[in-house]
Amino acid sequence: MKLGLALGLLPLAVAAGAQAEDHVVSQKGARFAPLELSVHAGDRVIFRNDDDITHNVFSKSEGAAFNVKLQDPGSDSPVVFERPGVVDVRCAIHPKMKLRIVVKE
Amino acid sequence: MQSRTRSGALVLGACVALLVGAAAKPALDVEPDLEALKAKYRRPASVPHPDDNAPSEARVRLGLTLFFDPRLSGSGVMACATCHNPGLSWADGLERAVGHGMKTLPRRTPTILNVAWAEALFWDGRASSLEEQALGPIASPDEMNQPLEGLVPKLRAIPEYAAQFEEAYPGEGISNATIAKAIASFERTVVSARAPFDAWVEGDESAIGAEAKQGFVVFNGKARCSTCHSGWRLTDDSFHDIGVRGDDRGRGAVLEEIEGVQFAFKTPTLRNVDRRAPYMHDGSEKALEDAVALYDRGGRVRRPSLSREIVPLELTPQESGQLVAFLRTLTSDDAPVAIPRLPR
Repeated sequence: MKLGLALGLLPLAVAAGAQAEDHVVSQKGARFAPLELSVHAGDRVIFRNDDDITHNVFSKSEGAAFNVKLQDPGSDSPVVFERPGVVDVRCAIHPKMKLRIVVKE
Repeated sequence: MQSRTRSGALVLGACVALLVGAAAKPALDVEPDLEALKAKYRRPASVPHPDDNAPSEARVRLGLTLFFDPRLSGSGVMACATCHNPGLSWADGLERAVGHGMKTLPRRTPTILNVAWAEALFWDGRASSLEEQALGPIASPDEMNQPLEGLVPKLRAIPEYAAQFEEAYPGEGISNATIAKAIASFERTVVSARAPFDAWVEGDESAIGAEAKQGFVVFNGKARCSTCHSGWRLTDDSFHDIGVRGDDRGRGAVLEEIEGVQFAFKTPTLRNVDRRAPYMHDGSEKALEDAVALYDRGGRVRRPSLSREIVPLELTPQESGQLVAFLRTLTSDDAPVAIPRLPR
């Protein structure tokens, strides 16, 4: 499953080309997919609410805190991760949704 | 797991589409594939626990003893079980909890039924495990008012506790950590017994009445209760502003910067719900019929944080009655709990 999702991201990543890449994170069934993601500093992660309920996406991780507030079903919320480090991402509404993003140099 | 969920959703979707085509009704009014729906409510086969606190008979027995011991409070008269009374479905039946010095607290006592599966503890989710939660009410000046620095010395002064801790956690001694772990181990054994609803889910058509069966369809369909009250415990362990009046910001006080969780409280389990009135985090709804009426109106108050899933439902009186009939099938005949002999 993880491999499939990772491969699924490739066309987008290639299309973005050059330095910064885009990565899509799904939220279907109140579950982040993938559950772990490795990106490079400057990459953009698009949190896609492909679920049928409202979500939130936030992190309190040092140097990478963000909060996309309320996210309607069907909407995308892009976040650029500028600094290397580990970012723990949560949904404030659904605490079982947990995602770890490793931002590399 | 994910692929099973997806295929289940596909089957349901196909079924709904077929029925919509046939009857030209709105999707939410259509009776979905009942067996697929029922499967989402099957009880789990085992109780989860963290790797570093596997249950044992000694740990559970110690936790039960601590749970009922009023010496864990500053006054010496309040135990965990004072508010989480097994005779009242592990709550107190009050609108709002009464704490140290008979002070009425802002929120209702939540049941500890089935908390082994909980993702977040307290009405506002500020603890993420039972071990983390257990010491909170003991130390709170408003609740049991026992400063944690004094807790271990108090228990060490009770001779019979030493052997019980040694048997439960060999070599670890009496510490705040082992107190919390023992209480958590006991709490994981507080699991509601099989209810008539469980028997029906597993195929016994005679286990619940026709009105309750129709209520289950309304619960999952027109009333959309299952959006949040999902799974066998009938909770998504998540936080929603459902439009209860008042200025308690709930999870919003824990995550101040996030508008979507202002006035939001954790979705409570609906197991044994008809024995746990009054309802909501502040006991403001007296009966199940009142709770259903709150949702039917789309909340008692409108504000920016109101969950977008909370909208007027336009239930008929018959549908409201069916919902209540269904909710009553979630109550199990739980065995009485023997109060332990406390160490001296």
